[in-house]
Amino acid sequence: MWEYNEKVKDHFLNPRNVGEMKDANAIGETGSLSCGDALKLFLKINKTNRIVDASFMTFGCASAVASSSALTEIIKGMTLEDAEKLTNDDIADYLGGLPKEKMHCSVMGQDALRKAIRSYKGIEILAKPGNTVCECFGVTDLEIIETVKQNNLKSAEDVTFYVKAGGGCGKCVEKIEEIVESVLAEA
Amino acid sequence: MNIVYTDNNATTKVAPEVVEEMMPYFADLYGNPSSMHSFGGNVGKKLQEARERVADLINASPVEIVFTSCGTESDNAAIMAALELNPEKKHIITSVVEHPAVKNLCSYLEKKGYELTCVPVDREGRLDTELLYDTIEKKADQIAIISLMWANNETGVIFPVEKIAKKAAEKGILFHTDAVQAIGKIPVDVQSSPVDMLSLSGHKIHAPKGIAALYVKKGIKFAPFLKGGHQEKGRRGGTENTASIIGLGKASELAKKHLNEMDTRIRGLRDYLETGLLAKIPASSVNGERNNRLPNTLSIGFDAVEGESILLLMDQTGICASSGSACTSGSLDPSHVLMAMKVPFESAHGTIRFSLSTYNTKEEMDHIIATMPPIIKRLRDMSPFWKK
Repeated sequence: MWEYNEKVKDHFLNPRNVGEMKDANAIGETGSLSCGDALKLFLKINKTNRIVDASFMTFGCASAVASSSALTEIIKGMTLEDAEKLTNDDIADYLGGLPKEKMHCSVMGQDALRKAIRSYKGIEILAKPGNTVCECFGVTDLEIIETVKQNNLKSAEDVTFYVKAGGGCGKCVEKIEEIVESVLAEA
Repeated sequence: MNIVYTDNNATTKVAPEVVEEMMPYFADLYGNPSSMHSFGGNVGKKLQEARERVADLINASPVEIVFTSCGTESDNAAIMAALELNPEKKHIITSVVEHPAVKNLCSYLEKKGYELTCVPVDREGRLDTELLYDTIEKKADQIAIISLMWANNETGVIFPVEKIAKKAAEKGILFHTDAVQAIGKIPVDVQSSPVDMLSLSGHKIHAPKGIAALYVKKGIKFAPFLKGGHQEKGRRGGTENTASIIGLGKASELAKKHLNEMDTRIRGLRDYLETGLLAKIPASSVNGERNNRLPNTLSIGFDAVEGESILLLMDQTGICASSGSACTSGSLDPSHVLMAMKVPFESAHGTIRFSLSTYNTKEEMDHIIATMPPIIKRLRDMSPFWKK
């Protein structure tokens, strides 16, 4: 059933800035077919390091489309400096909130944006840092730690909602619990 | 907006004839069928008629029908009874594509120390009967129960229950089948397919939700799952859900009457819908063995788009169906059935299940065939995986 608010519905049914951008000078890609959602973000950045245009192509559920659409609206006109600080929460907030189990869609937006900016700056995107914890969705321990800290997550289930880790075969759930506990213990 | 309901493997409309049959048993004829007075006893007689009607649908004897609250209860009751009566046998055989009612119970039992064989299926959803028969040969004396569905809820693929039942009987192994999806769609006959136990559910055949039955073959020892009163000849405690049982009886009578229409008109509509969608939407493919499926079920995958998005756009036009995608199942992986069949992610995530009933019409199929292509195109136009 629809459990999205009106703004999410609107961005899904009438997505803004859809499509490939032929003259983009920065592209960020995240997600995959096997994961069930993926986002390709196109940016046009001018000489003063400002994002003058943005568009997207997304494969995924309604909230993935809505998050992508919202992201492009938010970042148009932003300086790279500000865009680099944008978080998944900013995207979810812009949409008036996403269902908890769909937060990974907003994380995907943040990830694609950071990749696009790094590619523009010529920073090589290396293999994901850290050790893989979730084989199903290719999520590392460092990514989990960062997400837990950034979003004040409290459980392995929260981690699944945000970065999908643990949502496939479920074998890594105990490991994720250990990571969450160690982060909480540090805090 | 008109609703086009093609999600009948999820649940069905309660038939008006069924509602009519049930109505007197709520407020007027509310007696307890176990009572000594005739006010209650007469309700008991009506329950007997319902039991006869359900038995007649599957060619069983009325005494072999135990009423339960849902398909899940029937499945649980069957498997748990087998384990309780064969405490020395620790092996359970099932398949990788079972409904959660069987699948998750068996996983739970595995954790409790039972040995589990989950028989795989091939790319078409066909059961690996070689492995099944091999396991039966090798472990006959250790197997407490074999539980296999008659037909799959997602793809409609039909398992060779008759052959398996005969093989199990030869070896003296209890065989239970979850026939919840098969009932009312194809002929189910417990004489020609000698299963020991069979689950069926009311709300899949135009009876209300909350009523189901378990067939328990005469002579099979049985231990009740719900321990309590003497109801159902001691096989299921609890005061009978009288109105719903009477509804299930009427629905069974109607289902038997409609079997021929299912096989002809509804099969025709399903094939018409399938042909129409395949012709109008490129990169679409049917999941499951096409010439061995329930006549009402179509599982069709659209490459490079995602199921939840498809369903929500369909919802905007009043079409109800289901998806095999992750986002609608509560899990993050696509359906375990499609994964077990090794359907590629590309089409598994974009799989939609249409399931028809005798209430569907050709006009509705035309509406779906006209509505789907622009929906799929719209999503493909924004998909990074769609190669034009």
